[in-house]
Amino acid sequence: MPKRSDIQSVLIIGAGPIIIGQACEFDYSGAQACKALKAEGFRVILVNSNPATIMTDPLLADATYIEPIHWKSIEKIIDKERPDALLPTMGGQTGLNTALTLAKEGVLKKYNVELIGASREAIDKAEDRELFDKTMKGIGIETPRSGIAHSMEEALTVQEGFGFPCIIRPSFTLGGSGGGVAYNIQEFKEICEKGLDLSPTTELLIDESLLGWKEYELEVVRDKNDNCIIICSIENLDPMGVHTGDSITVAPAQTLTDKEYQILRDQSFKILREIGVETGGSNVQFGINPENGRVVVIEMNPRVSRSSALASKATGFPIAKVAALLSVGFTLDELQNDITNGLTPASFEPSIDYIVTKIPKFAFEKFPQADDRLTTQMKSVGEVMGIGRTFQESLQKALQSLEEDLHGFETILDNSSNQNETLRYQLTFPGSRRILYVAEAIRLGWDADQINQLTGMDFWFLHQIIDLIDEENILQDTKLQEIGFDKMLKLKQKGFADKRIAELTRSTSQDVRNLRKRLGVIPVFKRVDTCAAEFATETAYMYSAYEGECESRPTSNKKVIVLGSGPNRIGQGIEFDYCCVHASFALQEEGYESIMINCNPETVSTDFDTSNRLYFEPITEEKVLDIIDIEKPEGVIIQFGGQTPLKLSEALLSNNVTILGTDVDAIDRSEDRERFQSLAHQLNLKQPPNSTVKNLKEAIEVSEEIGFPIVVRPSYVLGGRAMELVHTQVELDKYLKEAVEVSDQKPILLDGYLTDAIEVDVDVISDGSDIEIGGILQHIEQAGIHSGDSACSLPPYSLSQKVIKEIENQSKKIAEELNVIGLMNIQFAVQDENVFIIEVNPRASRTVPFISKCLGESLVKFATKTMVGKTLKDIGFSNELPKNYFFVKEAVLPFDKFPAVDPILGPEMKSTGEVMGIGSSFGEAYAKAQRAANKIFPDSGLAFISVKESDKKYLPNLLPLLLEQGFSLIATKGTADSIKVLGYDAEIINKVTEGRPHIVDELLNDRVNLLINTTEGRQSIEDSASIRRTALQNKLFCVTTIFGAFALLEAMSTNSDNWMYNSLQEIN
Amino acid sequence: MSFPAILVLEDGTIIEGIGFGVKELSVGEIVFNTSMSGYQEIITDPSYAKQIIAFTHPHIGNTGINDEDNESDSIHASGIVIKDLPDHFSNWRATQSLNSFLESKKTIGISNIDTRALTTRLRDNGSLKACIAPGDKDSLSIAQDALKKFSGLEGLDLAKEVSTQNSFSWDEGTWPNYEEVKNEKLIVAIDFGVKKNILRLLRKHVGKVQVVNAEICFDELMQFKPDGVFLSNGPGDPEPCIYAIELIQRLLDINMPIFGICLGHQLLALSGGCKTYKMKFGHHGANHPVQDIASKVVYITSQNHGFAVDFSSLPKNIEPTHISLFDQSLQGIAFKDKPAFSFQGHPEASPGPHELEELFIKFNLMIDKNA
Repeated sequence: MPKRSDIQSVLIIGAGPIIIGQACEFDYSGAQACKALKAEGFRVILVNSNPATIMTDPLLADATYIEPIHWKSIEKIIDKERPDALLPTMGGQTGLNTALTLAKEGVLKKYNVELIGASREAIDKAEDRELFDKTMKGIGIETPRSGIAHSMEEALTVQEGFGFPCIIRPSFTLGGSGGGVAYNIQEFKEICEKGLDLSPTTELLIDESLLGWKEYELEVVRDKNDNCIIICSIENLDPMGVHTGDSITVAPAQTLTDKEYQILRDQSFKILREIGVETGGSNVQFGINPENGRVVVIEMNPRVSRSSALASKATGFPIAKVAALLSVGFTLDELQNDITNGLTPASFEPSIDYIVTKIPKFAFEKFPQADDRLTTQMKSVGEVMGIGRTFQESLQKALQSLEEDLHGFETILDNSSNQNETLRYQLTFPGSRRILYVAEAIRLGWDADQINQLTGMDFWFLHQIIDLIDEENILQDTKLQEIGFDKMLKLKQKGFADKRIAELTRSTSQDVRNLRKRLGVIPVFKRVDTCAAEFATETAYMYSAYEGECESRPTSNKKVIVLGSGPNRIGQGIEFDYCCVHASFALQEEGYESIMINCNPETVSTDFDTSNRLYFEPITEEKVLDIIDIEKPEGVIIQFGGQTPLKLSEALLSNNVTILGTDVDAIDRSEDRERFQSLAHQLNLKQPPNSTVKNLKEAIEVSEEIGFPIVVRPSYVLGGRAMELVHTQVELDKYLKEAVEVSDQKPILLDGYLTDAIEVDVDVISDGSDIEIGGILQHIEQAGIHSGDSACSLPPYSLSQKVIKEIENQSKKIAEELNVIGLMNIQFAVQDENVFIIEVNPRASRTVPFISKCLGESLVKFATKTMVGKTLKDIGFSNELPKNYFFVKEAVLPFDKFPAVDPILGPEMKSTGEVMGIGSSFGEAYAKAQRAANKIFPDSGLAFISVKESDKKYLPNLLPLLLEQGFSLIATKGTADSIKVLGYDAEIINKVTEGRPHIVDELLNDRVNLLINTTEGRQSIEDSASIRRTALQNKLFCVTTIFGAFALLEAMSTNSDNWMYNSLQEIN
Repeated sequence: MSFPAILVLEDGTIIEGIGFGVKELSVGEIVFNTSMSGYQEIITDPSYAKQIIAFTHPHIGNTGINDEDNESDSIHASGIVIKDLPDHFSNWRATQSLNSFLESKKTIGISNIDTRALTTRLRDNGSLKACIAPGDKDSLSIAQDALKKFSGLEGLDLAKEVSTQNSFSWDEGTWPNYEEVKNEKLIVAIDFGVKKNILRLLRKHVGKVQVVNAEICFDELMQFKPDGVFLSNGPGDPEPCIYAIELIQRLLDINMPIFGICLGHQLLALSGGCKTYKMKFGHHGANHPVQDIASKVVYITSQNHGFAVDFSSLPKNIEPTHISLFDQSLQGIAFKDKPAFSFQGHPEASPGPHELEELFIKFNLMIDKNA
């Protein structure tokens, strides 16, 4: 009996915003689930608060709700839609936890909704540490020696049992959030305290330390007939102690014999059966003692996970799709393996004839105060995957994919005297660049034993890296011209990039490329086919290799290549993958063959059925040109992948590649300061006073002309990296001496800061003659807060019609001047009805998916079509927004993962993701956006007010609103005086620097419900950081901008019981 | 330790690579194996006699060779073809490298081969005769001569070549605890090229095991007073093994409980009147889905066979029990009127999935029922 006939409609819960531990892999899984279930005739109801996802495209589900993933909101949707079933396994930990809450709150019973894919009992057994442990013991499977604690006393008792180091993990938290390794009693107490607090069930699991053990993961799929299969085994290069999400991982497992591997396989099945995962995908993690092979199971996730996404991309087996279909009654043998064109069933285990290496990407440069050592708490923000015919090739490809200016094992150790000490530290306490330090240790002559002892990395991997470094050492003594065919082929087979060969032989990558081609050493393309070539495949999912046979078989169709956006990072995330996927769809609609190049395994763009052809490769000059050489496309699209493809524009042009859409020169005109200034001047547009300086002296001179405050930043950076707002000469001085390097080659930009200005984001679409506004977004936080971290509203909620008209006119002028074809993003600042232009980016921006969701159709689709010659009229573009709706985008920040970091917004972008709130008023939309961002605000109580001098003028408006809402006030002396002058009452409390009891004491005593804390200037920010940190740790709602406070008060005035819930299909 | 070598195929293909193991020319039928683990078990499996194994997984040799995982005491494959032989191995049980094991067992290997391209060729054209020869293209004529002299596997009775000469008793259970069943049952295992793990599983689930030569006669066999007879796996074509087929027919006549695996399965089928044929490129891997026809349960199985039983040749008294979901070929049979069944794949795994270990338990129950 295949498909269940007693279910007609299925509710799917998405994972919400991108956060550390939950990235776009759940867009991949959710999108697959929606497509698969809809294709089988189910009515699919989707809830996800993240507008930057493909899964929330209105065509993917029957009813798409971009609403908070909170049980109360979902109850309303269930009440309205009355689904028969809820599939909780596609939305990561968020989806699972929310489903569990719905069950516990009685909602599922009340509306008679069946949990499919994973039962409540199964979720509990897998997720509740104590229960899991007991369950494992019951079936004779070893777990690490461990204990459970619900209080500090219990924790201490457990710890006595097995000493230090030991590992602490709170139950039910994302990506192991709040866990850690304790080496002494003090650390132990600190971690436990935090963990008890973070765990929604106030529960900790304390484990014996398995530091240095080998770590493995198996991806398992099971159907209702108890057919079980392993999709992929994954081996961590980093041993236990580093979170899997932060580990470099390799598939398939490389250092296990079959006997040992089969133990893991048998145990995985046993575990799934015992936990009761009746259908779907799960992953099981194991630790193995490298001395004697003792196996312990670490944990299992009864849902699709980050590793399932990796396993899907690594093998070509679409786990999420299959898991969704199994949940509605199909069995594995009834489903086809898509990649072999249905030649074989889904009930088999993929065999792969290549090696896959995943390397995570970190963003520690954004959080200088954060602890940058890798531990059991996940800290990475994205990942890349390299596919190669050997481990060496896949590893080097992965390094090249990271976009960290690495072309292989570049040297990173400076020539200081304490190199050995640095290495000892870096290898013992791994950080994000540990693999490069391993290479450095090899260069310094350390042997495999030494490195293994410190890192716990298996000898097999170490010897592979040693071989690469040996090869590098030989190359260093070689002239490029001396390299013949055999040598070049060998180097390329080991994954050396042209650029790396050039570095080592002191030549250029173009020289290497020329020589390589002259020698006839060119790559072939192999297919990912799930079956190691046992069956023929038409599916064009490919990777490059240097070998005999090429399987690319390019067609003679008209075709276009879309360059993807590489790994997720802060400043460039899922929004750009959304854009690339839509570009690919639009090309197909226009009769083109679409070809995708990307290296991020979490994404929808790297699904083999998104584009006609997929090349899973680093987005580097070398690899992209190699693919262009064989495919010979009509053109390449670089507008949609963020900065990643833009960086290649010059190389593409100099190799006579046609770039579709806006001319590349337009990018330079908008990025080059001087050219941009003359553009603004020519069009008669106002810019804040600004200048570029190349040394300290110039800076001081210029700053006097511009006047403080001034925004300073290095040129050519993304996401506001190292950007700062300085208020005095002293601060500027300090910034230039301490924060950044300034030189002729590295000029610094100074911009006059427009105090109290409103920032506006505009996305423009043009076909070269018709220019239309895609949307105008008004930011809530004032100018000076990075646009990526600001909340914003569509339509604008307080701009005058005159200003809006002016913005439209200016936008069109710029688009016309730059001759934009496709998309362009402009940022304006509005001060006292004056419009200033801040920044122009002639490419898709991160607001494009948000606007597309508001419009009901993808801007990218229209933009792509203009790039292949269609006019906006031809394709019927309309920018009309649904009437009577407000859409608010809110940024989601990772501060809870970095406890030492000051959770304050500033000119440098720090958010990892975004959510959308939809309402009939601005207040309602903003309120829902807050809930969606998991920022639960109070509606009355005690409000702590501490505002900077320049914000005090807003107090007369703010205070009555607060009091009316039901708040009483508490403030430090200065602010309290200002409040009293206005005729209101406020309790006075010490600043932290003024002696105790002070404000932080009050926060810890749970007396304060709301904080409005705006501050400026380095010193004041540092002084007040402990307030914000304490607020964050105690989950108190803290507003750090004055406009944010006003928006919040509007939100508070709405009643959440009356919020509306309309699907996108109803709205548009 | 390494030397230039060439791989020559009967279709004229010549591929240069790096030789390892023993520097001696070798010929055989080349087949590809898609297992990602278990090369040690595979190369010591007697069923690979006169075959050259091309591994699709690129790194072979990572975990070296240990003292516990051999499936026989020597390497029966004629040679191995791989993409990459790592310079170093790593595993807590390893005692030597793959290279030194090959050297000690006088077997040649060749690496740096585009095994994916080779697999595609074998998939499209079927298994081919092949030769691995030390040396560069100058050695070509020697290799081609050797290739010409090799007649292929069809019609070749290899079972009696690899079978044990002396009968012996086996008393070791399975790794890692070497568990044994405690009872007085005796199984005679006819060795057509038996894998040790089969004997270990018989010992674990059924009883005492006596291993005998492939050409044992009926009377000699009955002197052991067996409670059941096991027909082992083995290399080559089943059809020429007339001696075995006749013996099995006599065992069937006396209702002796019989369990056959792989070649043993084919021989049981032939004894029951079925036909066998040579497959295009056979089944060699550890990921093959096989469905139990009655229960619809799908098992992932280990497979290693180049010949198969023809589905359409089954007489009325033999029922099909299992089919391959890769190509719908016959994977298991059971006699309706006799205590005899057999399986084409490898329930003993080693390497591969364990889920069909239950067939050994089934054999035990069958003996009990028959007693």
